[in-house]
Amino acid sequence: MKSVKVYGPGCKRCETTASMVADTAAKLGVAVEIEKITDPRAIALSGVMSTPGISIDGTLVHSGGLPDAARLEGWLSA
Amino acid sequence: MSLTPSDAPAPAAARPDWPWHLGVAAAAVLWWLVYGQLAPLAEAVTETLTAWGPVARDSHTGAALAFFLYDVPKVMMLLVLIVFAVTVLRSFFSAERTRALLTGRHEGVGNAMAAGLGVVTPFCSCSAVSLFIGFVSAGIPLGVTFSFLIAAPMVNEVALVLLFGLVGWQVALTYLVFGLGIAVVAGFVIGKLRLEGWLQDWVREIHAAAASGCQSGPERPTMPERYRMGLAAVREIVGKVWLWVVLGIGMGALIHGYVPEDLMIRIMGAEAWWSVPAAVALGVPMYTNAAGVIPIVEALLGKGAALGTVLAFMMSVIALSLPEMIILRQVLTLRLIAVFVGVVASGILAVGFLFNLLF
Repeated sequence: MKSVKVYGPGCKRCETTASMVADTAAKLGVAVEIEKITDPRAIALSGVMSTPGISIDGTLVHSGGLPDAARLEGWLSA
Repeated sequence: MSLTPSDAPAPAAARPDWPWHLGVAAAAVLWWLVYGQLAPLAEAVTETLTAWGPVARDSHTGAALAFFLYDVPKVMMLLVLIVFAVTVLRSFFSAERTRALLTGRHEGVGNAMAAGLGVVTPFCSCSAVSLFIGFVSAGIPLGVTFSFLIAAPMVNEVALVLLFGLVGWQVALTYLVFGLGIAVVAGFVIGKLRLEGWLQDWVREIHAAAASGCQSGPERPTMPERYRMGLAAVREIVGKVWLWVVLGIGMGALIHGYVPEDLMIRIMGAEAWWSVPAAVALGVPMYTNAAGVIPIVEALLGKGAALGTVLAFMMSVIALSLPEMIILRQVLTLRLIAVFVGVVASGILAVGFLFNLLF
C-alpha cells in the first residue's frame, strides 16, 4: 500500500491531479491510499511552493501543474 | 501502453524526440499559413452574409459583424499559439528556482528581479498562498515578495501578445514596461512601510521556524514532456476562456459598430481628467480573463479613447482581482490587503495620468 498525498487548496487542477493518481493506480493495479492536503498551513510546511504537489510514501515527487502521465506511472510503479 | 511496471523504462528514453520537434514545427507552419489568410476569409464570410442577409455591409450591424467574424478566429489562434509557447518556455522556470534566485537579495535589485521573474515563473492564483509562504519563510523581504505577486498577474503574457497582435507593438511595450515599473515601485513602497507585523499570526510562526522543506526538487522534464505540458495547457486554458473571448469580442464589436466617436472622446478622451480614476474604479471590481479584455481595449482605442485611460482600465481589471484577494486573505490581514490594493491602484492611476499627459 502506497500512501499518496496530493497537495493543493482545492482548485480544479488539484482535483484533476487526485483523480489522475487514482486512475493510474487502478490501471497499474497498485494499491494506494490518497489523501488530499488542502490546509494552506500544511501545504506550506510540506515544502510545496506551487500546487498541485504530489508526495508518495513521504517523498515529494512533483510540484506545480498537472503531472505528466508517463512520469506518474513511473512513480506509482517504482 | 503495454509495458508492465517491472520492465517500464524511464519515460524519457522510450522514444526519440525528433517526431515531436517535427510535429511542432509542422504545426507552426500550418498556423502561420492559416493566420495569414484570416482577413480575406473573414471579409468573404461577412460579404456573403451581408449580401444574402437583411443587414448592409456598411451599416452599424455590418461593421459589428465584420469585427466579430475577424476577431474571434484571430484571437483564438493567437491564444493557442501563446499558451503553448509560454507553457513550454515556462517549464524551464519553477517557483523553487525563482526562490533560490531571490533569496538573499536586498530591496531595490531584489524588487526588480522579482518583478521580472514574476512574468516568467509559472504561477496560478490558487498557488498564491503556498508561494507567498515559501518566499517569506526563505527570508525574502515582504516588499520583494510583493513585487513578484504584483507582476505575476499584472504583466499577463496573454494580454501582452494580444495587445501586440491586435493593437500594436508600441502599446504592448508600454504595457510591459509600466506593468513591471508598477510592480517594482509598489513592492519597494510596501517594503519600506515595514508591514511584516500585518501578516496572519500563523505565517509569522512558520517564518520563525524557517524553511525546512529543502528537499531536492523534482526531476527535470524532457523536451517531449514540455511539449505535452504545452498541449495540456492549451486544452485547459482555451476550454476555460473561449467564452470570455467571445463575450469580450462581442462587447468590442458593439463598441466598434455603435458607439459614436465624439461621445467616446468626451467621456474617455485625454481632456476628461476624471476618466482615469473612473476607469480604475470600474476596473478593480471587474474580473475577466485577459483574453476577454483586450478586444474591448482594441475597440475603445479605435474610437478615440485616450491610451492612458484604456491602459489604466485594463491593468486594474487584470492585476487586481477579487478571487485572488480572497485567497491571499488566508495569509494577509485585511489591513495589509488594503495597503496592497491601494498602492497598486495608485500606481495604475499614475500611469494613466502620465500617458494622457504625454500623448
